[in-house]
Amino acid sequence: MVISVDLLINAIVAGLLLGGFYAAVTAGVSISFGMLDIVNIAHPAFIILGSYIAYIVNISFGIDPIIVSVVALPAFYALGALVYQVYYLSFEKRGQESLRGLAFFFGLLFITEVSLILVFGVDYRYVEAAYIGPSIHLGLIDMPLRMLVPCLVALAMFGLLELFVTRTFLGRAIMAVSQDQLALQLMAADPIKIKRIAFGISIATASIAGALLIIIQPVEPSVGREYIGRVFAICVLGGLGSMPGTLIAALILGVVESLTSTFYGPSWAPAVSFGFLLLTLAFRPAGLLGR
Amino acid sequence: MNGLKFSAIAIGVGLVVMAFAAWLGLDYFYFAGYTILQYIVLATAWNILGGYCGYVNFGSAAFFAMGAYSSVALHKFDGEIDTWFPDNIAPLLHAIFPLPIPILILFGGIVSGIAGLGMGYLTLRLRGSFFAIATLALAVVLQTLVVNWDFVGGSRGAYIIRPETIVIAGFEINYIIYLFVLMLILAVIALTTARAIERSQLGFGFATIRDDELAAEASGVPTLRLKLIATTLSGAFMGMAGAPFPYYIGYLQPASAFSLDYAVNSIAMPMIGGTTSWIGPLVGSVLLGSLQQIATVTISSAVNLLIVGILLVTFVIIAPNGLVGLTQEHWRKRRRP
Amino acid sequence: MSALLHVDNISKRFGGFVALDGVDLEVQPGERLGLIGPNGSGKSTLVNCICGTLQNESGSVSFDGRVIDGLAAHQRTHRGLARSFQLPRPFHSMSLADNLRIPLLYTVHARKGPLRSAGDLDARCHELLDMVGLLKKAKQLPRDLTQVEMRKLELARAMAAEPKLLIADESMAGLSHSEIDDILELLVRMNERGITVILIEHIMSAVMSFSQRLAVLVSGKKIADGKPEDVVQNPEVVKAYIGQ
Repeated sequence: MVISVDLLINAIVAGLLLGGFYAAVTAGVSISFGMLDIVNIAHPAFIILGSYIAYIVNISFGIDPIIVSVVALPAFYALGALVYQVYYLSFEKRGQESLRGLAFFFGLLFITEVSLILVFGVDYRYVEAAYIGPSIHLGLIDMPLRMLVPCLVALAMFGLLELFVTRTFLGRAIMAVSQDQLALQLMAADPIKIKRIAFGISIATASIAGALLIIIQPVEPSVGREYIGRVFAICVLGGLGSMPGTLIAALILGVVESLTSTFYGPSWAPAVSFGFLLLTLAFRPAGLLGR
Repeated sequence: MNGLKFSAIAIGVGLVVMAFAAWLGLDYFYFAGYTILQYIVLATAWNILGGYCGYVNFGSAAFFAMGAYSSVALHKFDGEIDTWFPDNIAPLLHAIFPLPIPILILFGGIVSGIAGLGMGYLTLRLRGSFFAIATLALAVVLQTLVVNWDFVGGSRGAYIIRPETIVIAGFEINYIIYLFVLMLILAVIALTTARAIERSQLGFGFATIRDDELAAEASGVPTLRLKLIATTLSGAFMGMAGAPFPYYIGYLQPASAFSLDYAVNSIAMPMIGGTTSWIGPLVGSVLLGSLQQIATVTISSAVNLLIVGILLVTFVIIAPNGLVGLTQEHWRKRRRP
Repeated sequence: MSALLHVDNISKRFGGFVALDGVDLEVQPGERLGLIGPNGSGKSTLVNCICGTLQNESGSVSFDGRVIDGLAAHQRTHRGLARSFQLPRPFHSMSLADNLRIPLLYTVHARKGPLRSAGDLDARCHELLDMVGLLKKAKQLPRDLTQVEMRKLELARAMAAEPKLLIADESMAGLSHSEIDDILELLVRMNERGITVILIEHIMSAVMSFSQRLAVLVSGKKIADGKPEDVVQNPEVVKAYIGQ
């Protein structure tokens, strides 16, 4: 097959932009799964929830979706804290997190998705903003703003999280809790409270990721399911709990998906992320930069 | 009570159900009943790996769908015999094909069983949570492969015309009743197997894997081998449940065969019923299955998934041992004084 | 070489942390070996590598004349290695008797073939429970046990596998004097019946009275190995335990 350079370069660029966005989507799971060892497979559902909230406010009041998502951050944080509290009391405390915890989140995934279907129906929804439509042209490269803006916001959010985790006391406490809960307790910090805060932050990122998602593509309730594989593939490939690793893995996945989609057709796209996940789990569960 | 007696009683119950159905005279009963029986098999199969061993499989749909698609593939193969094979071989094949459904069921079981073995081999060395995610990944990969496999219809789907009736031993039977009976027999086999496992050394070993895998290894339990047995059995039964599905539904599409609904139901039914014994999946699938049938008919099919999700979350929080567990607690409290 | 267990220069790292650094150890059949060392010195990692729960990255472990590297934990148990866990890990959904039935079914049977009927199995479970003083609680669940009783169950479960070598990993932490004596007596009795025992402990009085030989592990390295009286006076050992 003759590969046009133009097509190749644009596919790669699109992949990088997509990968940046994927990093934002995965950031939350990097915290909940990578650091807290909680398999929250309902995370994509929270992202879709974020998308729909951005959608309603955008359609009703014309406010930019990203701004909506920032305003919604406290609500999402509270939701995350609440979910963690239920999870902790019902499962972690009783030591039954493996089977029942998974079933719990699976149930949440369904409840969220089906509730959205009942309220909004299965039609695709999209938002309106100034940057959806125009593109930047740099020589051979076409960068649609609706991909570029989310990518930049995603990277900014990602960078903030990385700073938070490495520079602030709370952030380092979260890293500590993932490594040695007992030691943290001995330092008179309450591990449960720290985990709750961390999980709250994890769900808060879903608010922003959701707004970015609906800028990039139209959304309907079951879109979340495609992201389950992506998110965990990136998390595992990047090495659990390693933020830089997650970013690199996200970019790689974005590029590979973009190339596959461009040259082999979009129907193979889901296999890419989930296939990556399987291969990583089978052969290198510690990831690229894992601990 | 040994396995044989149990099977006999189970078949007896099944016959009573059939007599009731015949008295009702409603075709719908057989359609709905088939679905519930199918769920009994799926839930029981899931529970062998999930409830007994503690390994959550999110990919039930994949094994179910593989059984369904192996039937479709064989059906298509039947149509292509004259095109692919020379004149001296074709008639031989025509004598065997189209394969009767019980053979298709066996075939579906073998295909899905091997898939279960393969998946287990790839992923069972991982921790429980990684395993669960891997099962989800596998389901999607398989779905993508099927969507892109034109021989079985790809995303356009495949039609299998269901005959009106079938002649068995001289009797002409309504085809849907035939399917119902086959699924009934499969359900009895699944329940008998699950019960036999529970009471055997194998089931004992499964329980140690669930309780503490490290301690099980240290006590001499070959955990990997047992887990592989569990995934193979579990996958095989799910495939067997899926094999008649294309004939039941008439038109098979990847989206419906691989639907995540099968995953959530095959998890919710055992967890709501109770995961530690064979009774749990049975109770869970009959109750939840009937509830969903009623909800689909009266309200909408989206709502019935919401119900399943809510019930799953509620039971998992409040009643971790399911309805069977609640009943056992009740009897224990009454016996105490 | 007649050593029952031969640990040859094994090393194990966790990421950047070196847990075991070229450890050599030999245990003779019938011996009572004590293994001591400060917290974090690698004792449990050593046990895990010997028993197969973890795989050492370099070096080799031989048991009963054969190299066992690469064998899964259950296979090593079949060969005659048994261990108790530092934090007891009972099968919490089963009665005490059933907890003991598992090693009987999966190890003893695997080794000798199913010689026992169900009745014999029950009798053997009860016999083992009686040895540790838990016969009365045979039908109860592990969650109804006290700490001491859980430790005893751990030991009983290891004994049920009819091992040639038993590694008792800190079975006595937090117990009272008489409880410690109980467990020591159990281990001595087992040793008298021919079972080699490695005792990993912090309680010096127990270690000193029990061990014929003492090895000391500090920061992943073995720094002493010899008669208990000598080892205890070794200046490096003293430094590791008392001053730093």
